[in-house]
Amino acid sequence: METLLYLMPIALLLGGLGLAAFVWALRSGQYEDLDGAAERVLLDD
Amino acid sequence: MTCCAPSAEVATDLQALNAAGPAVDEILFAAKNLGNGLLQTDLSVPSMHCAACMSSIETELAGLENVISARVNLSTKRISVKWTGTEPPPMIRALDALGYPAHLSDELVAGKDKTLSELLLAVAISGFATGNIMLLSVSVWSGAEGATRDLFHWISALIAIPVIVFAGRIYFRSAWNAVRHGRMNMDVPIAIGVSLAYSTSLYETATHGEHAYFDASVSLLFFLLIGRTLDHVMRDKARAAVNGLARLSPRGAVRLTADGGRDYLPLGQIEPGMDLMIAAGDRIPVDATVIEGISELDCSLATGESAARSVSPGADILAGTHNLSGLLVVRAKAAAKDSFLAEMVGLMEAAEQGRGAYRRLADRASAMYSPVVHLTALLSFIGWMFATGDWHHAITVATAVLIITCPCALGLAVPIVQVVAARRLFDNGIMMKDGGALERLAKIDTVVFDKTGTLTNGSPILQPASDVKGEALGIAIALARSSRHPVSRAISKAHGHVSGDVRLQDIREFAGLGVEGLVDGHVWRLGRTSWAASASMPDGPMTGTVLSKNGMAAAAFEFIDVLRWDAVKAVSALGRDGLKMEVLSGDKQAAVAHVASQLSIRDFSAGVLPIDKVNRLQDLAASGARALMVGDGINDAPAMMAAHVSMAPSSAADIGRSAADFIFLHDSLDAVPLAVKVARGAERLIKQNFVMAIGYNLIAVPIAILGHVTPLIAAIAMSGSSLLVIGNAMRLTVHDGWLPGLFKSALRRQKLVEA
Repeated sequence: METLLYLMPIALLLGGLGLAAFVWALRSGQYEDLDGAAERVLLDD
Repeated sequence: MTCCAPSAEVATDLQALNAAGPAVDEILFAAKNLGNGLLQTDLSVPSMHCAACMSSIETELAGLENVISARVNLSTKRISVKWTGTEPPPMIRALDALGYPAHLSDELVAGKDKTLSELLLAVAISGFATGNIMLLSVSVWSGAEGATRDLFHWISALIAIPVIVFAGRIYFRSAWNAVRHGRMNMDVPIAIGVSLAYSTSLYETATHGEHAYFDASVSLLFFLLIGRTLDHVMRDKARAAVNGLARLSPRGAVRLTADGGRDYLPLGQIEPGMDLMIAAGDRIPVDATVIEGISELDCSLATGESAARSVSPGADILAGTHNLSGLLVVRAKAAAKDSFLAEMVGLMEAAEQGRGAYRRLADRASAMYSPVVHLTALLSFIGWMFATGDWHHAITVATAVLIITCPCALGLAVPIVQVVAARRLFDNGIMMKDGGALERLAKIDTVVFDKTGTLTNGSPILQPASDVKGEALGIAIALARSSRHPVSRAISKAHGHVSGDVRLQDIREFAGLGVEGLVDGHVWRLGRTSWAASASMPDGPMTGTVLSKNGMAAAAFEFIDVLRWDAVKAVSALGRDGLKMEVLSGDKQAAVAHVASQLSIRDFSAGVLPIDKVNRLQDLAASGARALMVGDGINDAPAMMAAHVSMAPSSAADIGRSAADFIFLHDSLDAVPLAVKVARGAERLIKQNFVMAIGYNLIAVPIAILGHVTPLIAAIAMSGSSLLVIGNAMRLTVHDGWLPGLFKSALRRQKLVEA
């Protein structure tokens, strides 16, 4: 029972981190040119 | 750059436009001021599509003087260029030299898609919540009791709040809109089910109850949002691709002022009586009368006539036609809002109102479904109240009924099939504006074709029978290569492989007549017979195109407006599908009859005006027929709005493209039978999905009414039925080459890396 007290906040925190990362990616325009990003990895510069 | 060949078909349509390119004034007018002397121009480049394209375009543009930065967006096929100075850098010419026809883009990047961001965010939040609540629910189902269970329920309730508020908002808004207008849509039962499930679960949690439906209400929103987002992305992609094509009406024109000066006026400020200068290669902005200059106009998009029309002072010209060969000074007869183009827009609006709103399949299904569901839930509540008098149990059962019947599978049944169908059409170069169009296409029984540009290529092709050889041929090719007239282009295209070793001197182009050049002191002319061969015998044929030497005809060329290469195959495939066909064209009787007989279509009308086309389609609709209109011109646009559903090639006028429900990118007319086939397949799958969703309800609802449904059963039943529906939709691609398709794209990528 005690383990729950710290395991659950950890689980939620990790999930929340993932969500925050996604929201950040969305806000910073990383979903605006999905096709371009896929091709840009092939460029050398 | 070899990898860029496949999308060349789009590029060819644009070549004519780009020969001249937009004027400096037009670029300045369209540029967005970012402050500090920084300007941004958005260019649309439909032909770029790989890493090599991106890097060469960005490097080339960044190397131009005054350009601060250039960034390609491959998804929307746009480039945004930031630059300084008073004169725009020669971006379009530079891109043209690289082999990428470009034109000014309509929308600036500022108008980003807010809806997509909102949907993606909602999916992310509900996905996060669904995962976490499910974890907690699994522990409750596997035996958590007492205080632990209550704790888990309270945490679930907390996690669910942002989902209900943020993701649920989309559904509450839409449901409220529908109810307020006295209509029913799929979102009404969803909104009621979700909010009822959440509030009863809160009550359960507060009273230390056993069953809470937080997982159900949240995962329901998650599943439905996925469907909605897919639907949105699909439509967005089609729209971006359509907008990426050439824009045919100019933004404005150069005005000649009374004191001899000239300035650039935007389209809205052009008034009748103004003198405008139209360079060769420009579109005519408003209806006007020619006052100076001789030229030829390509009217094919406006009237359906395939032959170019020559104009001289005094001639009336229509907005939207294309000035081919000479400089014209014209006097505006009407403002843009009263011109031919605007008239067509008016006709389109009238035709659309006449057609009446089409109700989507999903809306019709939910209009029948929702009352039944609500009634069942209400009846089971009343029934349990009478039987036991326990209102808490009665409400729990009613909630379970609502959750079980919540149209999760039903909500996915339609969009998922349409997304898969759209994907399949997209792979074949067909873009669909929205799902409703697919449903309408499945129902058609008649196909109405326009001729010029739809059944035919719309540009003349050199008749293979023209047997011109030797010296004459060499000179004709050399003359033709120096001109941009469609006939000249046809000659040089037919002999593209011949290397030109003829020395021409003093090449001059006479607008509306032809080209002239000197070879070893002899005058050679290629053009209109009456002009080039004026010294020939007067009883010879005086039409057509000839090559002449010192005024004597040396060779004759014949041109035909040929059928698209697979028109016969496509039309007979449509005939096999049991569709009636008909040709409506604004062209001359003989030309239309010839094309119709080649395709063995019996019903055709020639010389038809735009309003007659609309009337014909309205007659068809009145007689109970459902017609697909395939057309490309400005004159077809109103008829396309009047038709049950419509299709246009990507080479169509922009007004035609915006009227059409489907747009096909490739040259092949095969797109029409293919689209019909996919639409019919999709309709069959949607019906199967409905049957499955209803069958699932027939089994699950009695269990729910009897009060045996626990949150665990609800979760399994819901995701099970959704997976079944999604799996069935996938069959649309599987049966002819879903896996091969994957392999092909993997191969293409492999080749790209090697190159």
